[in-house]
Amino acid sequence: MEIVVCVKQVVDTEAEKKLLAPDWRLDRQSVENVLNPYDEYAVEEAVRLKEAHGGEVTVLCMGPEDAQSAVRKALAMGADRALMVTDPALAGSDTQGTALALSGALAGLTYDLVILGIMSTDAQTGQLPSALGDILDLPVLTALNMMKFEDGSLTVHRQTDQGYVAYGCGLPAVCSVVKGINEPRYPSLKGIMGAKKKPLETKDLAELGVDTARVGGAGALTKVLSTTAPPPRKAGQKIEDDGTAAQRIVEFLAGEKII
Amino acid sequence: MTVYKAPLRDIRFILKELVHAEQLVDLPGYEEATPDQIDFVLEELAGVCQELLFPLNQSGDEEGCHYEDGVVTTPAGFKEAYAKYVEAGWPAMACDPEYDGMGLPKTVRLLAEEMLSSANLAFSVYPLLTTGAYTAIFKHGTDELKRAYLPRMVEGSWSGTMCLTEAHCGTDLGLVRTRAIPQDDGSYRVTGSKIFISSGEHDFTENIIHLVLARLPDAPSGTRGISLFLVPKFLVNEDGSLGERNGVVCGGIEKKMGVSGSSTCVLNFDDAVGHLVGEPNRGMSHMFTMMNAARLGVGMQGLGLAEVAYQNARAYAKERLQGRALREPRYPEREADPLIVHPDVRRMLLTMRANTEGARALAGWVGLNLDLAEHHPDPAVREEAGDLVDLLTPVVKSYFTDHGFLATNLAVQIHGGHGYIRETGVEQFVRDARIAQIWEGANGVQGLDLVGRKLGMHNGRLLRRFFHPVAAYLEAHQNDPLLGEFVAPLAKAFGRLQQATARIAQQGLRDPDEAAAVSSDYLRLFALVALGYMWVQMAEISLERLGIGSSGESRVNGGQATADAAAASVGDPKDVPFYQGKIACARFYFQKLLPETSSLFAVIMAGAAPVMALGDEGF
Repeated sequence: MEIVVCVKQVVDTEAEKKLLAPDWRLDRQSVENVLNPYDEYAVEEAVRLKEAHGGEVTVLCMGPEDAQSAVRKALAMGADRALMVTDPALAGSDTQGTALALSGALAGLTYDLVILGIMSTDAQTGQLPSALGDILDLPVLTALNMMKFEDGSLTVHRQTDQGYVAYGCGLPAVCSVVKGINEPRYPSLKGIMGAKKKPLETKDLAELGVDTARVGGAGALTKVLSTTAPPPRKAGQKIEDDGTAAQRIVEFLAGEKII
Repeated sequence: MTVYKAPLRDIRFILKELVHAEQLVDLPGYEEATPDQIDFVLEELAGVCQELLFPLNQSGDEEGCHYEDGVVTTPAGFKEAYAKYVEAGWPAMACDPEYDGMGLPKTVRLLAEEMLSSANLAFSVYPLLTTGAYTAIFKHGTDELKRAYLPRMVEGSWSGTMCLTEAHCGTDLGLVRTRAIPQDDGSYRVTGSKIFISSGEHDFTENIIHLVLARLPDAPSGTRGISLFLVPKFLVNEDGSLGERNGVVCGGIEKKMGVSGSSTCVLNFDDAVGHLVGEPNRGMSHMFTMMNAARLGVGMQGLGLAEVAYQNARAYAKERLQGRALREPRYPEREADPLIVHPDVRRMLLTMRANTEGARALAGWVGLNLDLAEHHPDPAVREEAGDLVDLLTPVVKSYFTDHGFLATNLAVQIHGGHGYIRETGVEQFVRDARIAQIWEGANGVQGLDLVGRKLGMHNGRLLRRFFHPVAAYLEAHQNDPLLGEFVAPLAKAFGRLQQATARIAQQGLRDPDEAAAVSSDYLRLFALVALGYMWVQMAEISLERLGIGSSGESRVNGGQATADAAAASVGDPKDVPFYQGKIACARFYFQKLLPETSSLFAVIMAGAAPVMALGDEGF
């Protein structure tokens, strides 16, 4: 089974994030960048499927040259090769631009399955799997917490608030996975040392035949008008125990619809 | 809740800019150790430390190890974490590729040991002991022993121990009573009792390989009659499978001040099958080939605890609102100012940080020389590097671990009452740090090693390996106006170190007590100068990177070093505060910490008399 995993480099979750005027793009220069944590689940699932059914895992990443470190982590975890889509024209792309660039890259790859993380921790749109499925005209299954491949078809569980819905699907397909579908492995030392020897190809938009007018800030269908920081967190509520504390905590939790 | 993030930025600075670790890749056997690869390895290990090991640190301390009927159970989560650590292949890091090791430089392992110690010292002891045992077998074992035992130890599925101490002897191993009787088949039967054996029994691995100091029947008395034996917990069959249980049983574990997640065992050997490692009666010297590496590792334990203590103290000092800055409120919109505004809190934080970063730099330098000593094609370079490592090993062990204890105490102090209660988690750092001053040779013994063995070795050749580069640096920069503020105090301290060395050499020949009575003070003086040598270079690099020329001018625009100019010079804006911090810390070091050399000098010059005058019965 040939699998492509789409990954993104994002700003470290713990870093203090800054949005820069005039177009409110995230300042990625002044902080550490890492492999999108949700993508680790996608990479892990792809590597497990490969280990069970054979084939190869290709990492596909759109981003600046510097995003190679995120790609290398995916390779260290067990992916076999990588394709980077790097082009200055891509800066400021929204979901459509990203989907066009990635689908352009996918057109040149052989795959049975495309796996993504549920969303990136920075933009958090979660739209990319659907956008890719639309452009590629493939079935899309999102928010999966279980994937099984048997007799040429895929059985998956789609996570919902109440439980899960089971789906069956033929290949090829586009899937996104949630945190908890697996426990991503720590890259092995062998994997880390070997990651650099794995093939890593970089292509720009011209090579992929993607129209530069439809990507980047210029081609974006959406525009960020302004941003506002969330209001500061309110101080917590202290309950002194005068004998009724337990009752008041229960009432509080019930009031918040937690219990 | 405690916090920890591996100091990768600082490590990168030390490796790339200070010690130029890119030269490692030119050494035979280290072809793959490019700066990029080393970065990647340390980054991923940082993830393991932060996400896997650190969350078990406090719970492991609370729970400790359990003992029942010879079986030791480690704290909840430890066994699973070890399995993941092994699965990812970390035990193989710096082991020889011939036995399935990854052959990474010792520099990397040393810095890795700091991170592991910060994250979870108790856990880190298990793999550290395996590394020690691996090294002794690798250096002195027969090919047969190596083939039979090393691959599984490198893999981590078997662990190792070092069995030295007995109830009546710790520092003085010449008194060892455990005996080994030769058998017709070339093996030995080992009988005796060992105490304080770290990782002596646990539930991590299917087999444990004990390295045991014992006496042969005809052995001379004292340390020249001690041999080294390999005694597995389970005998190993010809085909590598595990056979019968050997005659070694854990008789109990100790309750300790700290590192309670690390099992400290009584091991009883009763007619246990053992194999001689190396030559008969040469056990002490064989043990010492790995002991030096282990001492550097213990130094890194002190450093690791100092680092994690600093990170927690810094976080607390920034968020805890208490009192007001004396001149005027610095954060008037808040209920009070955070602790960080208070000069005495800053003093404590900077004391921790300047020592920690200086020590880490020294570790990087020693690590690089470890690798040069083992891998450089030129024997002269190997000798020089080896000399420097030998000389600085007691300094690293003793000063780093003393600093670990002092820094963890300062972290408690900054936390106030919250630091003293268990829940906060910082008092654990103090208790854990304490052992590093004791094991692998108590710190007093390190002082004796420095003055009694290392100073005089090869007619002072080891000493020259350190004195010469320092003297050359001072001479080359004596008229540098930009570095004057650092070079002048370092030159003064270095002069005192030279004078103190001469005194100890002269007086010590006449009366060994003269050297011994000041050995700890001398080691500390030595360490302060060594860290000063690191700090002056770090300041030089940082000034250069910020584009600051002499008299504070910017080399970029000829004017004041504006923020923009600094950013332009450094290239990456997030690096500006890093280098500015380095310079501020260097100033703190030279003005606030290095002056301790004055009092140490006075103490050393006062000699042995004040220490020795009182008769034993007078105490």
